[in-house]
Amino acid sequence: MACFLVSAAEAVVVSAVNRRMELTKAQEKHTEEVEVVKIPVSVKLKWLTRMLTGGSFLLAFEHVWHGEVTAWFPFLTAMSSAADRAEMFKEMATVGVGMAILITAVWGAVCVAADAIIKRSSSETKIESERS
Amino acid sequence: MTLLITVYAAIAVTLIWYFKQDHSLRLGVLCFMYWGAAIMWLVDAIFEYADMGSEYFEPSAKEMLNDSFLGLSVVALGLVIWLIILLIKDPKGTVRDSLKRQAK
Repeated sequence: MACFLVSAAEAVVVSAVNRRMELTKAQEKHTEEVEVVKIPVSVKLKWLTRMLTGGSFLLAFEHVWHGEVTAWFPFLTAMSSAADRAEMFKEMATVGVGMAILITAVWGAVCVAADAIIKRSSSETKIESERS
Repeated sequence: MTLLITVYAAIAVTLIWYFKQDHSLRLGVLCFMYWGAAIMWLVDAIFEYADMGSEYFEPSAKEMLNDSFLGLSVVALGLVIWLIILLIKDPKGTVRDSLKRQAK
């Protein structure tokens, strides 16, 4: 009904946080140079934003396909009656929140794996440079 | 069917991204978009399965056809979005060069 709205809302929040972090980072860059090789949090947040935004957009298309989203106010057919509204909110609270949680969990796993790969490759480079 | 088609599209794009190693194609955007949608449809499928039981795996031919069309349309829409992003970002400068040539 409108489950994609939960992920879309999370995408907006994450995107705003990321923008704020990038601005702060740009200011900090002038004051100090960081030599540690690791993936910045802003890059990781960009991955999450892309998954949430892309997924929500494609799911919104599915809802248009099924006639659940309209081009006129209130844009959702489920908003027409109180019973449909209650069902919509229930779906958002269960399926919508479930989608947002799983995407965030998968993103968390990807971030851990990415950090491990970077750590492994930089330690391998260190060993090679020590040998030579 | 929509979930399956999206998962196959996500796997195909991820493999192309891995073996191609051409970052100017911006395939990462497409990867994240398809994987995001696939995860969201997976959750939807889990809830539907919990609601319908084994009946979920026995869709009618009409439902399957409609879902297949939807899946293919979703893949096409994803490709169109990726193409628009690629043309706007123009990492190889092809669009810019072409426009400059026509402006002369």
